[in-house]
Amino acid sequence: MKAGVTYTRFARQKQPLVKLQHWAWILIRATLVTGLCFVILYPIFFKISIAFKERADMLDPTVLWIPKHFTLENFRFAADTLHYADTFFNSLFISLLTTVLQVISCSLAAFGFARLKFKGSGILFALAVFTIVVPSQTLMIPTYLNYRFFDVGGLLGWFTGNNGINLLDSYWPFILQAATGMGIKSGLFIFIFRQFFRGIPKELEEAAYIDGCGVFQTFYRIMMPNAFPAIITVLLFSFVWMWNDNYYVSLLLTRIKVLSTMLPTMWTATQFEDGLYAYMIKNTGELLFIAPIIILYVFVQRYFVESVERTGVVG
Amino acid sequence: MMKRLTISQKKSLLGVLFVSPWFLGFVFLFAIPLYESLVYSFNHLVVAIGGFDTEFVGLKYYEEIFYKHPTFNRMLVDSIVDLVINIPSIVVFSLFAATLLNQKFRGRVLARAIFFLPVLLATNLLTIEQSSDLATVAQTVTGGADGEGLKSSELEALLLESGFGSGITTYITGSVNRIYDIISHSGVQILIFLAGLQSVSPSLYEAAKIEGATGFEAFWKITFPMVSPLILTNIVYTVIDSYNYNKLSILINETAFKALDFSLSAAMSWVYFAVTSIILLILVRVVSSKVFYYD
Repeated sequence: MKAGVTYTRFARQKQPLVKLQHWAWILIRATLVTGLCFVILYPIFFKISIAFKERADMLDPTVLWIPKHFTLENFRFAADTLHYADTFFNSLFISLLTTVLQVISCSLAAFGFARLKFKGSGILFALAVFTIVVPSQTLMIPTYLNYRFFDVGGLLGWFTGNNGINLLDSYWPFILQAATGMGIKSGLFIFIFRQFFRGIPKELEEAAYIDGCGVFQTFYRIMMPNAFPAIITVLLFSFVWMWNDNYYVSLLLTRIKVLSTMLPTMWTATQFEDGLYAYMIKNTGELLFIAPIIILYVFVQRYFVESVERTGVVG
Repeated sequence: MMKRLTISQKKSLLGVLFVSPWFLGFVFLFAIPLYESLVYSFNHLVVAIGGFDTEFVGLKYYEEIFYKHPTFNRMLVDSIVDLVINIPSIVVFSLFAATLLNQKFRGRVLARAIFFLPVLLATNLLTIEQSSDLATVAQTVTGGADGEGLKSSELEALLLESGFGSGITTYITGSVNRIYDIISHSGVQILIFLAGLQSVSPSLYEAAKIEGATGFEAFWKITFPMVSPLILTNIVYTVIDSYNYNKLSILINETAFKALDFSLSAAMSWVYFAVTSIILLILVRVVSSKVFYYD
């Protein structure tokens, strides 16, 4: 009976109509995928193309993508306006610092939630996830005031007599946030790590305990190396979100210049030139802004999509 | 003499130790500020060089938001409507894209990498949407092909002729016109769906094929129920993600730091939080009842 069905299906597959359906689907799929990829990549290609063009090329109707006069002048101007060396370094420093701290703090907390059960760990985990649901605007003013007059429970004021130290305009707020697992969307990272740790077989852990590892040693010798996909995911997300972040840096930093807050200066720097030139410089500046991210992505993306499946976010 | 702790007690204590940095951060950087924010919304807040003062005014700021502020009500309704319109578009599109990317074809890895790219680019900061006048000028001057400016008038005619009602036609053509918006906000959702699709065991599909199911039937009877928990996850994530590119968020920021009206901003943000919480709760309730769990 089964053989009969199988043969019928095999014969059916060779029929011209079925073959046509098969190829039609391939064609449709190829068109859709190519079309969507084009829509996504178009702005980036557009920016790259503009960045290398001279002003004359912008007005030349025969020049579409490849510039006739190849120039690096736009880059030079944009980099000057953005104070690229300084701001790039600042952005990089903040992003790397917070990323590393977040990976450490979130994985520690997640390991506690996943493997070391204590009373109330379920509720605390739910609260950790709840931290992402609250919009950050709700906490905006207390956060600002908190760092403006920073004082842990009134202790510093008790000792020194004034209202607390001003932590604004330094890297400290970010360090504090990341080290305690309260950075940008940290709840998500704790969730990812916890799901991943739950997926690691208990036998591995028990073998480590039998061999004499303490809990902490188990954590950094066994769990973390196995959690490589989760680490990559959290690394990428955390770095990118911090690099692109406009909200916290504009809230907490004024003198320290970071790339994401310098972007609006692109318009003001060229406001005396005509609109077209301003437009070119703006796009070049943005290209300088997204270039490091794209380079990072090219290296990391190999681990990335597969990593999400294995982090067990999906169960 | 201290009683020796059992292994499981030791582990529990260590668990508390592991979680303690996070817990400190939670209390000092989240719970206390959350409470303070609520308090500020009921107080008149004045920030001076040496400190700040509060003065209890009750519901004054909440009244001001709803009755006197010129744009808040409209912005709130706008944002909610935007959100409710975007959620189905984004979730459906993500599922569709994930299904496409899950099939085996050449260049699949590259396509996946490209689809995830918009998440990394700060779409709220950059002029990615070439919709400003200057952009159209530049494009027409350079004679560039008009990519984003495609209006779907043919699609609209096609849909209406095939008998769809005008409401759903408007919805679909509206979504197609905003395709760049939808794509750029669905990166993470595509990733989640993709991971979910890959975790569906192939033996289900094989069994269905043996029974003679077609591709469509396999999709509706197997794939769709198996990823339905993720539909819920993605809906929640879309709502949370919308906080970043919401007009209301911008209004709240401006009220606090340009108009320096802190208490008003705090009150606004609480209203926003309350409204989105209600929306989330409703969505979770409604969708949860339809989700199929395969255990």
